[in-house]
Amino acid sequence: MGNFSNAFLNAEVLAKYAPSILEGAGVTLALSVLIVLAGTGLGLALASARALGPMAARLAIVAFADVFRALPPLVLILIAYFGLPSVGVFLSSFMVLFAVLTLVLAAFAEEIFWAAITSVSRGQWEAARSTGLGRPATLAYVVLPQAVRLALPPLTNRAIAITKMTALGTVIGVSDILNQATTAQSFSGNASPLLLAAVAYVVIFLPLVVASRWLEARFAARRT
Amino acid sequence: MQGLAEQFFNLEIMAAAWPTILSGLGMTLLLCLVVVPAGLAGGLVTALAALSSRRWIAWPTIALIDFFRAVPPLVLLIFVYSGLPFAGVRLDPFAAVALAFLLNNSAYYGEIFRAGIGSVAAGQVEAARSTGLGHGQAMAYVVLPQAVRNVLPDLVSNTVEVVKLTSLASVVSLSEMLHEAQLARSVTYNTSPIVLAALVYLAILWPVVRLVSRFERRVAS
Repeated sequence: MGNFSNAFLNAEVLAKYAPSILEGAGVTLALSVLIVLAGTGLGLALASARALGPMAARLAIVAFADVFRALPPLVLILIAYFGLPSVGVFLSSFMVLFAVLTLVLAAFAEEIFWAAITSVSRGQWEAARSTGLGRPATLAYVVLPQAVRLALPPLTNRAIAITKMTALGTVIGVSDILNQATTAQSFSGNASPLLLAAVAYVVIFLPLVVASRWLEARFAARRT
Repeated sequence: MQGLAEQFFNLEIMAAAWPTILSGLGMTLLLCLVVVPAGLAGGLVTALAALSSRRWIAWPTIALIDFFRAVPPLVLLIFVYSGLPFAGVRLDPFAAVALAFLLNNSAYYGEIFRAGIGSVAAGQVEAARSTGLGHGQAMAYVVLPQAVRNVLPDLVSNTVEVVKLTSLASVVSLSEMLHEAQLARSVTYNTSPIVLAALVYLAILWPVVRLVSRFERRVAS
């Protein structure tokens, strides 16, 4: 047992590397917030464009959403990180991670918003149009307020799942929590930093997981 | 434009990488054959435990579900692979991936099964019990078949996520598809092998993603 606590709860190692893991937590948190804002915004814009736009735009949006939902994010990250520089696009690993995960979240958010938009009954569209509202105004003032409420629980779950993937940034050298922890682990020869990293992720994401559970229960209760 | 094709769609490099990517695909499929059934089984046990009327079983289970939903899969994998040896547990990459995925998937599949079981009306259990079926029999023959049908789209969509996540195994050097593609990339300094792996993932998962979208629309309407 003494062995175990020495390997996973070594006070000296924890004290030494806590600051760098805290720094990593800042990076993870910043990335997560940026990805959620940009990804949800883009997803909503794409779903709206799909509802209003011409056929060609709709096909392009569906194709984008399908591809980014079907490919593993790590594959996309590696393609962007290693491929882009040789075609003249130089992005930091932070920017690559941000861009890829934003696109992945946007693809899922678009599908979620789209499913919610189509679930608003046709009568709502027709009633709004008959009052003289145009199609964009109908979408913005009548359909989306109802659709967004429906989309919120699945969107929260998806956003958590995708922001957790910021840990993949470790592979391309983003100095997030996991990266700081693995570096600290190899310097110290001790597993405590890994445990601390797990704790840091739980501190950041557990409140969101609990909130999503609450959201789901609330919406399920209202539906019946 | 020439550079783009050269860097991402170099057919010569793709052709050279194809055999190793194909063998990587074999490992990816083997991994899926292990982690998906294990996750489904673990998820079912987890859901039943979380729904248990004994609080000392239900509450710790729910706490564990939330814990594993909060920890990124890659963090779990690295903890299992390079943390556990410090506790004297040394796993080879395949076993480490299998264990990390079992913990992560049991939580996710568990939540889906739990929602499914919750969606079956209580009257169903009462009716089944009144015909003389035991609690376990009512669950197995009456509740679960309906529960699984109700959450089938979620089960399929989570399975897509699991298949995608097997690419994380490349980080612990398991020779699955992405790992082989990465090796080919590092030898050729060209991204085409990873693009080729992406195309293989797309060929396998795109039809399933389409199916899930269709499912969801039918549920919505």
